[in-house]
Amino acid sequence: MQIFDPTIFPILAADGLTNGAVYALLALALVLVFAVTRVIFIPQGEFVVFGTLTLATLQLGRTPGTLWLVLALLGIAALMEAFSLARNGQARRGLVTVGVAALLGVGTWAVTDWLAPLKAPLWVQVILTLGLVAPLGPLLYRVVYQPLQNATVLVLLIASVALHLVLTGLALVFFGPEGSRTPAFFEGNLTLGQVTLSWQSLLVIVASAALMLGLYLFFERTMPGKALRATAVNRLGARLVGISPSSAGMLTFTLAALIGALGGVLIGPSVAVTYDSGFLIGLKGFVGAIIGGLVSYPLAAAGAILVGLIESFASFSLSAWKEVIVFTLILPVLLWRSLTTRHIPEDEE
Amino acid sequence: MTSNLLEVRDLHTRYGRVEALSGVSLEVPAGHIVSVIGANGAGKTTLMNSVMGILPSTGELIYEGQPLRGIPLETRVARGISLVPERRDLFASMSVADNLTLGAYSRRQQKWRGDLDHVYERFSRLLERRKQLAGTLSGGEQQMLAIGRALMGKPRLLLLDEPSLGLAPLIVRDILRIVKQLQAEGVTVLLVEQNARASLAISDSGYVLETGEVKLSGPARELAQNPELTASYLGG
Ligand SMILES: Nc1ncnc2c1ncn2[C@@H]1O[C@H](COP(=O)(O)OP(=O)(O)OP(=O)(O)O)[C@@H](O)[C@H]1O
Ligand SMILES: [Mg+2]
Repeated sequence: MQIFDPTIFPILAADGLTNGAVYALLALALVLVFAVTRVIFIPQGEFVVFGTLTLATLQLGRTPGTLWLVLALLGIAALMEAFSLARNGQARRGLVTVGVAALLGVGTWAVTDWLAPLKAPLWVQVILTLGLVAPLGPLLYRVVYQPLQNATVLVLLIASVALHLVLTGLALVFFGPEGSRTPAFFEGNLTLGQVTLSWQSLLVIVASAALMLGLYLFFERTMPGKALRATAVNRLGARLVGISPSSAGMLTFTLAALIGALGGVLIGPSVAVTYDSGFLIGLKGFVGAIIGGLVSYPLAAAGAILVGLIESFASFSLSAWKEVIVFTLILPVLLWRSLTTRHIPEDEE
Repeated sequence: MTSNLLEVRDLHTRYGRVEALSGVSLEVPAGHIVSVIGANGAGKTTLMNSVMGILPSTGELIYEGQPLRGIPLETRVARGISLVPERRDLFASMSVADNLTLGAYSRRQQKWRGDLDHVYERFSRLLERRKQLAGTLSGGEQQMLAIGRALMGKPRLLLLDEPSLGLAPLIVRDILRIVKQLQAEGVTVLLVEQNARASLAISDSGYVLETGEVKLSGPARELAQNPELTASYLGG
């Protein structure tokens, strides 16, 4: 154990805050997904991994395997949709769905195939990365979770575990076993008195804060945002004003995947991400989400930032025990919550 | 001569093995208020939920001349059917204003702001409390909000499941008066009420439900005089 040095404190705090900001984004996504769809979304961290590693692959001028996953899921989702439409006597609309999906697929493939070898500027690659990873959200929802819409939380959880394993395996196939880092968006440091902060860290913190603000405005001010909140509060009530649970689920998973991919792009330069990093990264967001009781967004974000800070200090003074400390933290929090929270029945319908 | 906005033919709805509706048929002519009366457990809520598509049923539901079979609840809402459910199902942790705004969710156009003012005019209590969370409203205010939310969807057919449940007689009168106003504005209403006398007074026709079957039906004025009904529902 090293002796704690006060001059190192600001550095660790900055580090912790940077990672904590990304965990906070994940925590928000987890709370959102659970509130709207009752899914405990273990694979949230996989979106981060796919985000970082897709960008890293594009950096090398190669076509990321993410493309094939998107295309395969698009095909399956389109067939499922067409089949259920046909069963309702709307075979024509089913055919249209398949046609539109085929066009989308070809379009995605063409754009990726054209851009990947070009080694385009970083921001173009970032947009392409988001464009490839974000659709995984709604597609996975359609293929995996929508058919289970009326299942219990436990069944949904089991599906999440399975999906997590599948995505980790695919990440290994697509990106190989080595970790990758992506280049920083900005080089250099910012010095404020005693504190030195890299521009990259600052970007992560600012971007995360901006995204949180954006989400807040989305939920408070826009009709689709309010519709998601309404679905979370009262599913039947939401259906009675015309909000379909499937489209709410689809939108939620789009946001979750987008948040995850952005998180991956943001931490790419500071953390070496490997195909199997998703679980631990997601779990840290999850600890934050649990601190928020899977219902409160501000508490979840605050909890996740706390996780980032504790992790940072623990990795400096007790690095071997880092994860143990972080995850042990969850126990007193759970105990405290179980004592203070009123029990709410799972489904009130 | 009016055409029927809604026709229910031989509707059967079951909860597992128990049949709660056994062949209910009724007609809701466009522009009318139609009351459904019945004791607790007669199947009134089941009827409303079946029409709305919350519960699966067999038999025919014909709305605006088209069958509703296979059409999900959300699409029925978009086609102009709104239910104010018995349990109200408000968005408890959201503000009154948000609840009302969401009522307009299924409408494509953004023209609902005028309707929001209209709802506030009708229920001035809601305007005063527009920032309050729906879950903290009193029972009567919640019922007003539930009706207001349904009206924000500009329904052509409004299904009201016991709007007077748990309300003081004075508020019940207010609510029934509003139902009458809605009719004047062109809304067709299917109204479930325990309070048979008051609801028949504003209705054009009525149906009496007993253990999942229509026992009596007819023009509201005749029903109100019917000795059989007087004995069991109108308290002598
Ligand atoms: N979810 C359910 N599972 C099983 N039986 C049910 C269910 N809901 C209702 N029932 C039964 O179906 C019958 C009709 O119920 P319903 O709620 O439609 O009555 P109601 O006329 O609305 O009564 P009330 O005036 O009390 O609201 C009752 O016998 C009730 O016990
Ligand atoms: Mg009832």
